[in-house]
Amino acid sequence: MSAQLAAKDFASSQEVRWCPGCGDYAVLKSVTRALADVGAVPEKTVFVSGIGCAARFPYYVETYGFHTIHGRAPAVATGLKLANPELDIWVVTGDGDGLSIGGNHLMHALRRNVGFKILLFNNEVYGLTKGQYSPTSRLGTRTPSSPNGSFDSPILPGSFAIGAGAKFIARAIDVDKVGLGGVLEAAHGFDGAAFVEIYQNCIVYNDGVYNAFTERDKEADAQLHVKHGEPLLFGADKSKGLAFEPQSMTLKVIDARANPSAVLVHDETNRTLAGLLVALAPPEFPVALGVILRQPGQSFEKAYYANQPTKLKRTGRVADALRQTSTWTVPAP
Amino acid sequence: MGSQSVVVRFAGDSGDGVQLMGTQFVAATALAGNDFATFPDFPAEIRAPAGTTFGVSAYQIHLGARPITTAGDAPQVLVAFNPAALKVNLPLLAPGALIVLNIDSFTSRGLAKAGYQADPRTSGVLDGYQVVEVDMTELTMGATASFGLSKSDAGRCKNFWALGLVQWMLNHDIAPIEDWITKRFAKDATIRDANLAALRAGHAYGETAELAAAVPHVKAIDAQFPPGEYRGVRGGEALSLGLAAAGELADRKIIFCSYPITPASTLLHQLARYGHLGVGTFQAEDELAAVCAAIGASYGGAIGVTSSSGPGIALKTEAIGLAVNAELPLIVIDSQRGGPSTGLPTKTEQSDLYQAVYGRNADTPIPVIAARSPSDCFEVAIEAVRIALRHMTPVMLLTDGYLANAAEPWLIPDVDAIPRIASNSARPRTAGEDVGAVIFDRNPESLGRPWVAPGTPNLMHRIGGLEKDLRTGNISYDAANHQAMTNLRADKVAAVAKFIPPQKVEHGPEQGKIAVVGWGSTYGAIYQAVRAMPERERVSHIHIRHLSPFPSNLGELLRGFDKILVPEMNMGQLASLLRDKLGVETQQLNKVTGQPFLIAEIVQKIRSLLAPTVAVRSKPKAVKGDRA
Repeated sequence: MSAQLAAKDFASSQEVRWCPGCGDYAVLKSVTRALADVGAVPEKTVFVSGIGCAARFPYYVETYGFHTIHGRAPAVATGLKLANPELDIWVVTGDGDGLSIGGNHLMHALRRNVGFKILLFNNEVYGLTKGQYSPTSRLGTRTPSSPNGSFDSPILPGSFAIGAGAKFIARAIDVDKVGLGGVLEAAHGFDGAAFVEIYQNCIVYNDGVYNAFTERDKEADAQLHVKHGEPLLFGADKSKGLAFEPQSMTLKVIDARANPSAVLVHDETNRTLAGLLVALAPPEFPVALGVILRQPGQSFEKAYYANQPTKLKRTGRVADALRQTSTWTVPAP
Repeated sequence: MGSQSVVVRFAGDSGDGVQLMGTQFVAATALAGNDFATFPDFPAEIRAPAGTTFGVSAYQIHLGARPITTAGDAPQVLVAFNPAALKVNLPLLAPGALIVLNIDSFTSRGLAKAGYQADPRTSGVLDGYQVVEVDMTELTMGATASFGLSKSDAGRCKNFWALGLVQWMLNHDIAPIEDWITKRFAKDATIRDANLAALRAGHAYGETAELAAAVPHVKAIDAQFPPGEYRGVRGGEALSLGLAAAGELADRKIIFCSYPITPASTLLHQLARYGHLGVGTFQAEDELAAVCAAIGASYGGAIGVTSSSGPGIALKTEAIGLAVNAELPLIVIDSQRGGPSTGLPTKTEQSDLYQAVYGRNADTPIPVIAARSPSDCFEVAIEAVRIALRHMTPVMLLTDGYLANAAEPWLIPDVDAIPRIASNSARPRTAGEDVGAVIFDRNPESLGRPWVAPGTPNLMHRIGGLEKDLRTGNISYDAANHQAMTNLRADKVAAVAKFIPPQKVEHGPEQGKIAVVGWGSTYGAIYQAVRAMPERERVSHIHIRHLSPFPSNLGELLRGFDKILVPEMNMGQLASLLRDKLGVETQQLNKVTGQPFLIAEIVQKIRSLLAPTVAVRSKPKAVKGDRA
C-alpha cells in the first residue's frame, strides 16, 4: 500500500441494511476509522462473522470477509489464523451468536488466546429473529418469547471472558467515538484474543436498554473510563473513586477528595481487579469502560507453530515417511 | 501341515496386551513373506473388569499365499488367555481348530466370571478341537524369575510368551519381534530383558518333546508377491500418509481439525506427527469447531480436513453446507461405526452412506468416495483432495472402523509418479472490473471457482452462507438466481463424473449372470466369494469407489448382468442409491452385526441366486429386491 488509507477507503460498495438509527452504524464508522488509523492493509485484513444483525458487518468493509454460520465465527477464524498467522482477523459477533449458540467456541478462543479481535455487539436481545430475549437480557425482559418477562438469569460477558481465561478485555459504547476508537486500537495492538464488548443499542427491539449509563446527564456518574496506571475516578468533577473493601472482598465507592490515597489505581494486568470491574453496574456503581484487562502472553498461533520442530514447513518427503517402518523387498525373479 | 493360508486369533482381557501382540505378529508375518490381513476386534470399554466376556479383546490374522483379502472366516488357531476369551471366540472357530489355553486362568473364579457352569475342558464343549493346555502364566513367571519383577509385571509378559509359541508353530523367525522389543523398551532394561526372555521361552516351549508331538507345525504357504519394496499398513496410517502426500502434490499445507471420537482418532494421532510433512493438526473443542476450523483453514489457502465417525459427522452437517455455498474445498472423513446414536463405537458398519449422499438440509450435493482396503485409503485420500480442489467443494471420504484398524502388506507407492494436484487460480483483474467477476469466474468443465485466499492483493471479496449472485458473488435473494445457483451446485457435483475413470470389473466377465456390487471394506470378502465361483457361472465383482456421482458407465455395466447382488453392512443403502440414481433393482445381502462379512456368507447368497428357479426365465433385466 503506497498511500495512507482513509476511513472511507475501508467502506465497501455494498448498501448497508441495518435499521435506521441502529447502533451498528456508529460501530462500523469507528471500525473503519480505526482501520485507517492503525494503517491496516486491506488484503491482509479479514472480518469473520456468524449470524445475527452484527454478522452483516463483513459485507460493509472493503477487506476480505466471511459471513459464516450461527455461533461458529471464532472456530472458522481459528482455522484461518492457523492457515495464515499473518492475517489481521476481526471476529464480529453478538450476544446471541457469541454467548448462546456459539458460547463454547468463544470460550475456547479466549482460553487459547487465538490472535484475533472479537467484537461482541451486546444489545441484550435477538434482533434478526424479531426480538426474543437473549442470554444477556435482564430478568423480567418482556419479549414475544417471554410475554411474562424472562426468568432465566443473564450472563455477564465480561465475567464470562474472565472465567474463560481471556487475556484482553475491553468495553465501549457504540456511539462513543473516542472510547470505542481507543479500545479498537488497543485491541488491534494485542497479540492474542482481544475481547471487546460493545454496548449496542437496538432501536427497534430494545431501545434505551443502556440509558441508565449512556444518557447525557448520567454519563459522568455512571461511566468509569479506566486507564492503566491512573486512579479509578469518576463523577462530574472526578470526585468519586473506587476503593477495595477487604472485609467483603468487593469494591466500594468513596469520596476521592476526602481520601485520595484509598482510591485504587487501575492495573490492567491484575485479573482479580478486572474480575471486580467487569461486574460493576448502575445504580450503585458506574459501568467500567476502556481496557479493563491486558495480560501479554504467547498467542495460540505462535505456540502452535513453535510446538512444531519445523514450524509446519515441509522439510520431509512422504516417500521417506512411507518407509519409516519395517519394510521388505521382494526381488525380481 | 501345510496349507494355502492360516487364520490365527488371539483373545484375552483388554489389558492382556492382545492388540500389541497382534501388531507384532503382523510385523513378523510380513517379514516371513506371507500375505496377510488383520482384524482387531476390541470392546468399547478401555479396561473392562478382568475375566468378563464383555471385556474380551481379540486380534485376528489371516496369513498365507496371495491374495489374502479378508481376515479370514473361521480361525484355525485360537490362543485364549482366559475362560471368557474361550467362551466368546469358540463359536467362531473352524472345525478341528487348534486351541491354546492358558490354564492358569481356568480357576473356579475365572470360570464363574466367564459364566461357565462347568469347566469347558472337561464338559465336552471342546470335543472335536485340538486343545493344548499350557500353564502360561506360570511358565512366563519362571522364564522371567531372574529379573526381579513383581508378580503382576512378570505376568504381563505372557503375551510375548504366547507370541513366541505361535511363531514356533508357524515356523516364523522371532528376530523381528526381538528387535522391536529391544527398541520399544530401550529405556527399561529389566522390562526389555523380561519380555525377550518370555518370547524366547514361548518359542522354545514349542520345541519341547511333549508339545512338538501334539502340535505339528502349521505352515502357511509363502505368498508370491510381485517384486518391489513392501511394508505393512493399517487403514489409518495409509489415510494419514495419503493426506500428507496430497499436501505435497498440491504444495499446500494440510490443516487437520478434529475432535476425538472412536474409531476416527487414530488419524489425529498419526497426523499430529507429520508437522515436517506440512501437516498441522488442531484438536478442536467439538465437532462443530473442528469442521469450521477446517473450513477457515481452506478459506486461508490450506487444505482443510476434518474427520469423525457418524454421530460427529451429523454435528458437522450445517457447516458442510456452508462450504458448499461458499464454494470452498474441504475434506470430511467419516470412519463409520455401528449406530444409531452412540451405537457400537468400536464395531464396524457401512451405514452412513445415506448421510454422506443425502444428509444435509436443502439441495446440497457433495461428492462421496469410499476406500475399500487399508492400503486403498492412501489413494482415496489423494483422490478426495484432487476432487475438492478441482471443483471447489467439500468431499466426503468414507472409511470404517474395520479399515481404520485392519492391516495388510503394501507395495510402497512411488509418490513422484502420482500426477500433481492442481487448484484453480484466479485470472488477473482488469482495471475497473468487479472483483466478483474474477472470484466467480468458474472453470467451464469442472465448474470450480478460483481459490483466492485472504492476503491476495486487489482481490478482496466477501463470501458466506447467504445465497449469492451467480456472477458477482454479492448477496442475492433473486428467484431466478437461486434456481441458477441450485442448478450450478448440482451440475458441479455431476461434473466430477467427467474426470473419474469408468467403473471396471474387479473379477469376472463384463457381462454375466450375477454382478456382486460392493463398496468400502466389504471388498475383500466379496472378491474372495466371487473368485470361489466356477467360471461357467459368470459371476463378477464390481466395487464402487465413487459413490456420488457414480462413474458414468455404471448403469450400462450393471444392465449387462441378469442379477445384481449388493452385500452391505447396513440395511440396503447402496441398493437404494443404485435404484435412485440408476433405476436398477438389486438383490440385497445385509449384515449389521458389527462384524465384517464372512466369505462363506456371500458365497451362500450367490449360490442361492444361481440355483435354478421354477419360473420360466425370460432373462429379466431387473429383479425385485429382497432382503437377506
